[in-house]
Amino acid sequence: MTVDTAPAPAGAAAPARRDRTLPAGSVITTFLVLFLVVAAFSVEGFASTRNAGFLLLDVVVIALIALPLTLIVVTGEIDLSVASTVGLCSAVMGQLWVAGLPLEAIVPLVLVLGGVLGAVNGFLVTRLGLPSLAVTIGTLALYRGLAFVVLGDQAVADFPRAWTTWAISSIGSTGIPTVVVPLLVLVVLTGVVLHATPVGRALYAMGNSEDAARFSGIDVARTKLWLFVVTGVVSALGGVYWTLRYGSARADNATGLELQVIAAILLGGVSIFGGSGGLLGVIAGALLLGSVRNALQLVNVPSDVLNIVTGVLLITAVVAPQVAARVKGRRRRRPAS
Amino acid sequence: MSAPVAKPPAALPEELAAPERTGRRGSALVHRLFVVRELGILAALVLLVLVTVVANPRFLSGQNVRDLLLSAAILTVLAAGQTMVIVTRNVDLSVGSVLGLSAYATGTLLVVAPGTPVVVAVLAGTAVGAVCGLLNGLVVAAAGVPSLVVTLGTLYAFRGLDSLWASSADRLQINAADLPSGFKALGGARLLGVPVLFLVAVAVVLLVGWYLRTFRSGRELYGIGSAPEAARLSGIPVGRRVLTAFVVNGALAGLAGVLYAARFQTLDTTAGTGQELFVVAAAVVGGVAIFGGSGSVYGAALGALLLTTIGTALPQLGLDPFWRDAAVGALILAAIALDRALQLRLAARLRGRNARRDR
Repeated sequence: MTVDTAPAPAGAAAPARRDRTLPAGSVITTFLVLFLVVAAFSVEGFASTRNAGFLLLDVVVIALIALPLTLIVVTGEIDLSVASTVGLCSAVMGQLWVAGLPLEAIVPLVLVLGGVLGAVNGFLVTRLGLPSLAVTIGTLALYRGLAFVVLGDQAVADFPRAWTTWAISSIGSTGIPTVVVPLLVLVVLTGVVLHATPVGRALYAMGNSEDAARFSGIDVARTKLWLFVVTGVVSALGGVYWTLRYGSARADNATGLELQVIAAILLGGVSIFGGSGGLLGVIAGALLLGSVRNALQLVNVPSDVLNIVTGVLLITAVVAPQVAARVKGRRRRRPAS
Repeated sequence: MSAPVAKPPAALPEELAAPERTGRRGSALVHRLFVVRELGILAALVLLVLVTVVANPRFLSGQNVRDLLLSAAILTVLAAGQTMVIVTRNVDLSVGSVLGLSAYATGTLLVVAPGTPVVVAVLAGTAVGAVCGLLNGLVVAAAGVPSLVVTLGTLYAFRGLDSLWASSADRLQINAADLPSGFKALGGARLLGVPVLFLVAVAVVLLVGWYLRTFRSGRELYGIGSAPEAARLSGIPVGRRVLTAFVVNGALAGLAGVLYAARFQTLDTTAGTGQELFVVAAAVVGGVAIFGGSGSVYGAALGALLLTTIGTALPQLGLDPFWRDAAVGALILAAIALDRALQLRLAARLRGRNARRDR
């Protein structure tokens, strides 16, 4: 997983970086396993199938959007507009439903809309050369604003029962949500693209040195443009699912979700500077955030503490490998001098 | 910011460094372009006000303008602090949470000790913010972790601390009735008809602007943002300067919390939620480059004023207030596109001059 895939694309350019980020991915996976074991034995009701279902349902959208966003972060860019895309797509979905279209027609339309929203980001970043951080702060406000323009502060809630119950249904009596299956397919697909294809290697190369990537024949602008488009489509898919899962299309759906997705990605050991990290770490990061929240809720810790835990986890996950690398570096230097 | 030290903006420092090579005429050109940039926001602001006044003459009524200035005051103070951080190629996303924490701390102090002089309350709120800023700055400067990540973490942590404090003290909301009248008077106080809170914001902007422009350490903040490595090599204590920027920004976010408490007088733990985006937006709209090294606090202040004005002007123009966020977003995109165009033009003109001289 992260351990054997990340070093290769990092290449000769970043031995220091490899030191810094490698532990983070594996550390977080180990941490997740440890946490699950401890929680299963010490938190009453944590290890039940019912609870596992709830936990996974809450993680699904975060993990889903984290997939393409990880690819974007690996190339050294960022997209803060994903949650607003979810909101706008949800609002449009509600409005189209009110207008009388069948969901079979609405869903593809909404996905196309997501692609267009992503393409706007991608165009501004790759063709006009604007910094993605500033662009997507702009579209974060723009898309959320348009969501309110489309739907105002009302909610559309009369979606067909068959769809909304499917969204929260589970596979047989296992408690595992049905929706985890398509998510897993997407995880595997993204993992293969990132870690086992030339495209994936190109993404790491771009993140390490865009100029070097360009000189070695990678069409940086086009690749990034498509990444933004894909992120838009996947966020739209997240919007559709969010709407069905809560049975309600609202303009403020998923407000602030971008921070949780980015927290999961960074917790998973992906460098915010691009060029390193792996997908399994990210999934572990998303699961860890979800499990910690879930376990704390079960032992009735107020939700305020959850925020503190999220914040401290995030900072620790980034500071710890940094400190470890520094200690290691010092030890290495000492015998030499 | 430190994050994706992306390639296009990386060109910025070089071009901004160029004027030093081309001498006084070059730097005059750079200066003129930046003045043009700030005048541009001012023009947009004036245009917006004019259009709104034509649609609704009462827009410029005394009370309306005072409300506008009061709302702008808080965002302006936050934007002034954020500018100091952004010019060093960092960002502080935790300011909304710091504002909330400081507002709640100030409120609690005044409820527990109603006799506290207003000045002490202001200083206490500011100090709470400064401590938060110190924490951010220490992790960023000492551990060398990107500020985007650190302050995203403290955005959660400070907010959690705020609500944990409120729930454990069993005081989830502080109402106007709980606050001493001396402090409440601050919210409505006027000097020559101008709200005092706005004057505080103006004073903060002038002070920060003066510091950034005239002090050696202020100029060094720009140097750090333009080229961190070059700054280090030329002997600038990068860590200490960045730490200072974070502490000052935290203190100003704390002060903004006090202003918030004085203005709204009803405090719960959601105060300032989501403000970080508007603050960064104000700075960016005001011409502060998100990757550091350029921009002025005056621009950021004008950006804050423009964003606030849009919020109040839309309903007056007969537009749904729901359009506000969309307008803000469009404005951010327009501003960064304009900056990019100016930057390219500047680079082309400086190149032209160099070429002529070399001949």
